[in-house]
Amino acid sequence: MTEPALLSVENVSVDLPTPRGNLRAVDQVDLKIGAGRTLGIVGESGCGKTMLSRAILQLLPKKAKLSGRVMFDGHDLVRLDPERLRKLRGRSLAVVFQDPMTSLNPVLTIGTQLIETLQEHLELDSVVAKRRSVELLAAVGIPAPEQRLMQYPHQLSGGMRQRVAIAIALSCEPKLLIADEPTTALDVTIQAQILDLLAREQRRRHMAMILITHDLGVVAGRTDDVAVMYAGRVVERAPTPVLFKKMHMPYTEALLAAIPKIDAAPHTPLPAISGRPPDPTRPIQGCSFSPRCRYAAGRCYREKPLLTASESLDHQYACFHPIQVTAGVCE
Amino acid sequence: MATLEIGIDEDVAVSPVKRTPRLGLLFWAAIAWIILIFAAAGLVGVLPLPSPTDMDMLERRAPVSALHWLGTDGLGRDELARLIYGARISLIVGLCAPVIGVTIGGALGMLAGYFRGRFETLVVGSMDVLLAFPPLVLLLAVTAYLGQTLLNLTCILGVLGIPAFMRVARAATLTLARREFVIAAQALGATHARILLRELLPNVFLPLVAFFLLGVAVTIVVEGAVSFLGLGVPPPISSWGSMIGEGRESLDVAPRLAFIPAITMFLTVLSFNLVGDTLRALTDPRQGAL
Repeated sequence: MTEPALLSVENVSVDLPTPRGNLRAVDQVDLKIGAGRTLGIVGESGCGKTMLSRAILQLLPKKAKLSGRVMFDGHDLVRLDPERLRKLRGRSLAVVFQDPMTSLNPVLTIGTQLIETLQEHLELDSVVAKRRSVELLAAVGIPAPEQRLMQYPHQLSGGMRQRVAIAIALSCEPKLLIADEPTTALDVTIQAQILDLLAREQRRRHMAMILITHDLGVVAGRTDDVAVMYAGRVVERAPTPVLFKKMHMPYTEALLAAIPKIDAAPHTPLPAISGRPPDPTRPIQGCSFSPRCRYAAGRCYREKPLLTASESLDHQYACFHPIQVTAGVCE
Repeated sequence: MATLEIGIDEDVAVSPVKRTPRLGLLFWAAIAWIILIFAAAGLVGVLPLPSPTDMDMLERRAPVSALHWLGTDGLGRDELARLIYGARISLIVGLCAPVIGVTIGGALGMLAGYFRGRFETLVVGSMDVLLAFPPLVLLLAVTAYLGQTLLNLTCILGVLGIPAFMRVARAATLTLARREFVIAAQALGATHARILLRELLPNVFLPLVAFFLLGVAVTIVVEGAVSFLGLGVPPPISSWGSMIGEGRESLDVAPRLAFIPAITMFLTVLSFNLVGDTLRALTDPRQGAL
């Protein structure tokens, strides 16, 4: 990437004090994303994906401690004063959350929620804001937008609500959209529609997007780069086609193997990853994936592997025994 | 060969269904009663009523007549006039005291539930102290010290209602503040004031309104009880509670003197409860959805 990064996360760690001790949710993560690009962050539940997105937005729980830098468009978000940060959020940085049942206010109409956001950030008068809202709802594929403006979230279906949430996130033409598992709460047919919608709007608005998911299949073909996270760390990072062509990290392979295949024979057992992610309050000496890794040996249990570049500089992985697996799913 | 037309009318397919809520007869009866009571209390100066304090010793406990529609009480005062003047007292106390409670208690509860931390500990602790204090003793102490006036009575009943409203508001805020739409609002750059007023208040408002109407009903009863004990507004001003108390003396000869204000109070309290329940059921947008 030659263009300067729009967002660069530099050595970010998030610590959460818990009754059982310090919990390191995000561990020394470095990421970069250029304007108009898409970055996929993949990992299983509890690996720190959401905490990382909250760290970027500076929306961590009050007790959480963050170290490192988050540079966005020339500002260090960690040290930015609250008022300027507030203006940046929504205006340049927007989020779509996982569950559209809870990310919309249940007692305000769709119209109120959309129009107020527009008025707040773009200082439009109410007539213009209303017209923009109708356009936005139409753009995210909601039929009869004028009537929908008067409705409450509970009167819409899940997919419809997620479309509204996307419309609100897009309303101020953000430079970066963080989609935190935007399709996890939706059924499969709607998932594809929502992802296509996000991709289309992203292209149209030349907006950068971080797509957070636990499904490698979602990331394939829809992102430019992928970062695989495990136990708070980035364990493999590469441009999407490169990653699917040649993955080095056993965890990435295991994630991919855990996707059900449509052409598999009936009753084929689904290869799940055995064991559970490590307890983040008790850091493991050595590679955090080693207890669950098929290839782990000697050194893996003693030393933590660092992210190192492979033959091409773009492809980085943290493993002592890299594997060579080609996934046949990339387009 | 005829072809079957299975095209769906576009308008029918896309336009959202509007549902018209149905209100029962009971609801409208309750509304009518509340309007009647409020109109009578509000228009008391204009109505051609005899004075509620003029005594007519020759007409003591007079039965219902064209001159005295509901008869007269033990001192020969017009019962209807006293009932309507009494409605003013009962309604003023019954509405103003919960307003004090809902404003202060609601604000404290929302702030405590949203900001948590030391502020919450302080608020909850002081409310526990207030709750632990016997209300009747507090009422006696305040009225003995500051005097038995309408204002004092309203204020003290209002203050006694704060802890309950605070708890309702805090409980609702606690569950809501963790919901994603609050984080979504922060992510959209909303200030704390904006989140509290625009995002949380509309949500907390509904349980508070339902509780407020219940509070009105309870306060009317409490005011009645306090007046019955002689701690309410001083005579000769009438209130429903003091009328029941005065009627007690002639229960054997003229039971209506106690029963008419009692029934009026019962109907009013019932109406407020009915309206409160119906409004909550109607405006609760979370029904079934969340």
